[in-house]
Amino acid sequence: MSHDAHIEDAGHGHTDDHAHGTLQSYLIGFGLSVILTAIPFWLVMSGVIANKTVTALTIMAFAGVQIIVHIIYFLHVDFRSERGWTAMALIFTVIILFITLSGSLWVMYHLDANMAPTAAVMRDMP
Amino acid sequence: MNPTLQHAIFGRLSLDSIPYHEPILVGTFVGVAIGGLVVLSAITYFGAWGYLWKEWFTSVDHKRIGVMYIVLAIVMLLRGFADALMMRLQQALGSDGGQGYLPAHHFDQIFTAHGVIMIFFVAMPLVTGLFNVVMPLQIGARDVSFPFLNSFSFWMTVAGAVLTMISLFVGEYARTGWLSYPPLSEAAYSADVGVDYYIWGLQIAGIGTLLSGINMICTIIKMRAPGMTLMRMPVFVWTTLCANVLIVAAFPILTAVLALLALDRYLGMNFFSNDFGGNPMMYVNLIWIWGHPEVYILILPAFGVFSEVTATFTGKRLFGYTSMVYATIVITLLSYIVWLHHFFTMGSGASVNSFFGITTMIISIPTGAKMFNWLFTMYRGRIRFELPMMWTVAFMLTFVIGGMSGVMLAVPPADFVLHNSLFLIAHFHNVIIGGVVFGMFAGIAYWFPKAFGFRLDPFWGKMSFWFWVVGFYFAFMPLYVLGFMGVTRRLRVIDDPTVHIWFVVAAFGAVLILFGILSFIVQIAVSIKNREKLRDLTGDPWNGRTLEWSTSSPPPAYNFAFTPVVHDIDAWWDMKQHGYVRPLTGFKPIHMPKNTPVGLILAVLATAFGFGMIWHIWWLAIGGFAAAIATGIAHTFNYHRDYYIPADEVLRKETERTRLLSAKA
Amino acid sequence: MSALTHTIAPGSRTPTYYVADEHAHAPGGSTYIGFWIYVMSDCLIFASLFATYGVLGGNYAAGPAPKDIFELPIVAVNTTMLLLSSITYGFAMLAMERNKVSATLGWLAVTALFGAAFVGIELHEFAGLIHEGATPQRSAFLSSFFTLVGTHGLHVTSGLVWMVVLMAQVASKGLVEANKRRLLCLSMFWHFLDVVWIGVFTFVYLLGVLR
Repeated sequence: MSHDAHIEDAGHGHTDDHAHGTLQSYLIGFGLSVILTAIPFWLVMSGVIANKTVTALTIMAFAGVQIIVHIIYFLHVDFRSERGWTAMALIFTVIILFITLSGSLWVMYHLDANMAPTAAVMRDMP
Repeated sequence: MNPTLQHAIFGRLSLDSIPYHEPILVGTFVGVAIGGLVVLSAITYFGAWGYLWKEWFTSVDHKRIGVMYIVLAIVMLLRGFADALMMRLQQALGSDGGQGYLPAHHFDQIFTAHGVIMIFFVAMPLVTGLFNVVMPLQIGARDVSFPFLNSFSFWMTVAGAVLTMISLFVGEYARTGWLSYPPLSEAAYSADVGVDYYIWGLQIAGIGTLLSGINMICTIIKMRAPGMTLMRMPVFVWTTLCANVLIVAAFPILTAVLALLALDRYLGMNFFSNDFGGNPMMYVNLIWIWGHPEVYILILPAFGVFSEVTATFTGKRLFGYTSMVYATIVITLLSYIVWLHHFFTMGSGASVNSFFGITTMIISIPTGAKMFNWLFTMYRGRIRFELPMMWTVAFMLTFVIGGMSGVMLAVPPADFVLHNSLFLIAHFHNVIIGGVVFGMFAGIAYWFPKAFGFRLDPFWGKMSFWFWVVGFYFAFMPLYVLGFMGVTRRLRVIDDPTVHIWFVVAAFGAVLILFGILSFIVQIAVSIKNREKLRDLTGDPWNGRTLEWSTSSPPPAYNFAFTPVVHDIDAWWDMKQHGYVRPLTGFKPIHMPKNTPVGLILAVLATAFGFGMIWHIWWLAIGGFAAAIATGIAHTFNYHRDYYIPADEVLRKETERTRLLSAKA
Repeated sequence: MSALTHTIAPGSRTPTYYVADEHAHAPGGSTYIGFWIYVMSDCLIFASLFATYGVLGGNYAAGPAPKDIFELPIVAVNTTMLLLSSITYGFAMLAMERNKVSATLGWLAVTALFGAAFVGIELHEFAGLIHEGATPQRSAFLSSFFTLVGTHGLHVTSGLVWMVVLMAQVASKGLVEANKRRLLCLSMFWHFLDVVWIGVFTFVYLLGVLR
């Protein structure tokens, strides 16, 4: 954060500097997202990979890539728009997102493991 | 009347919902009604309605909105503190073999209301008020990024406060504690409207808080004066930025978790119930992911105030500006990975508890760095012990004690003993009063002359200060002892008579704090009466260092006739050192936002919506919601929201300031 | 400290301390970043709902499991609707940049139709589930499923309302600066909902059926 000391004209001037898409970029994004959506659906619906864990990890990887594709081609996030604040806000949000999700899962998994009744029991208990 | 029809019109609301059989509440109601009538008739008598409506209620000026936030906070402080006094009295009477004077269902509402009001409707409006009054001035801006949104945010906060206050006389408030843990807060165990008041009061105020957070961040990002790089922002602006980043990144989680609780209660879902796979601990987990950042939302601005005050009243540049900024950022980030320390006893096991225990202890490092920075700023400084500086010194002593007890609680085995005991209550009051409240009083004393053009009376300020500080120690040190003796929180009756004396001491402390609050109100009244004697003509009564002191007190609507250019951290100090000469000619018309009542109207509709939801008056809820959406949409069809202050008007105002400045000299 | 932050040499002439020749700010300069920050905060509402689904999504309470109730072909159709609405919104933005009012309105209408189809299909799916007895009250899994997917659906619905309002505004005022700004914000909102949907179809539907 401290490194933009060189920005003399702090927040001023007309900063209409957010990126716009072009026809080409929208079409590339759309093509990629169609592919990245179709493959996971196909993997799960056809069951080509016998190992469920591998399938799960694969489709999660596809989701991750597709999210990045959308962010770049549809949301047009880059490090230039709004002097990098857009990207910075995104990175910060992703960190908080990661903490909330993984933290909750970790904490609650440990609770279930330590305390009765366990999750497996809960599954079948009305 | 036909019961179906009655239910369709009034929902759950009936005459029985009015607690006329409770003498305490009837007495309070009479008091509030008389007080309210006096205020309303005084306003009418002085013909001030038009002025209030035009200059305040519909204002989008950040200074006015900030002042209104602080007024809201002070009004709510009286309510929240009345609850505190009642609790202290009940526990003092209820620990001597007697039953005290409060019935259980009333006592339970009081401790819930006390917590909710003090955090959401006292501390939050105080910090948001200071952000609004001070931050745009400090960065040399003319308003915030979204002035209309600012007015809307304020009125939504008021709407939440109003709903919470209505619960005093219509129905009841939650009897669950300030975080409304399920399963107690589920419909099965709290079927009445108490928890619904809680949910909708907080949801509606939460919208305001979130939007104001976005507004403040944008203002800091986009509206800084030329030359004010990030590393030249005053520390208060930095802490404002970090606190608002926390608001934007934490309040959505509160919104979500309260919405889930509402779904459980209204639609019979099973998120946090005991049956059908629900898990109450998930609520506790989520609400603390919001709750821990929340306490830093409150304390970081106070740290900012202390930094400004220390630098000003020692006449020195703040020691270790860079480390102060980095400490603030580190605290911001760390505040997200400590939430589990609020429920170590849940049973997550050793690995989870040690992780969160260690991260919690790590937070004391940047906080300690800040403490040393303030000390080194004071070291060999020419300290002026004006009121803001006195609050700062009291903070430094008190907060360190609270921080230490916090580190104790961060040790999971110790926490297993102290969890939910009065030790915990002593700890968080120690940091919230010693940190946030002292900080806000320092801030109010420091910036009051800027907002109103005259200083606060020092004598009554010092009375308030001493009553507060001494009262705090009398009220809360006994709770540390009681916590060690094993007394848990939220007890109405304590059977062990040996603890009685400690509760008496704590109640005495609460009475001292009462005198502190009364002295503060007297201070304001006396200052208004003697305002001509206390008048600040220079705009710079404390020999300040940052940009807000470069304009007049109170600042004109446009803040700065010319946008300042910044060359140094302490921009105004630097201007004074280099013989800055105030420009007297060449003024231009200034572009400003127009006032609008739409924010107020939306908040009224939101209140109606909330009241309808709480009492299951569906026509009111649906109507209020639809009307709010329609009003919001209609507002977007208004494309003319700004106007120009003509150059003549600016010239007139600036000439008047020149006259005052020379009259002083 | 001082030497590091100071831009004027000590003892030099009085530097400029104010902007003498200021031109008025264009209003709405902060809207883009402001709306983006709002979107980020909305993202965290979804994070909480995903976390809740992640923790409670396995608690079937002897009720139906994802395998029993999810129909992937419907989800695939729904996903297609949303993806198509995304690219058509992109075309609307491209038309907007070329200041073509009627093309912009046309593409917005197409987008709104795809969006409405998405909401319609989702409501149909929900109605079917409730009809089968897989109600939101049945288990913590179903509560968190309906809430997560329903919240996304509500967002799409409010996006549709917003789109209709904007179409009225563009039709009456043309592509003025304020309207362009609003279209840009809605674009962010709409594409953000896409991103959330990627999470929903992957983590809720696909992984659910796989479980």
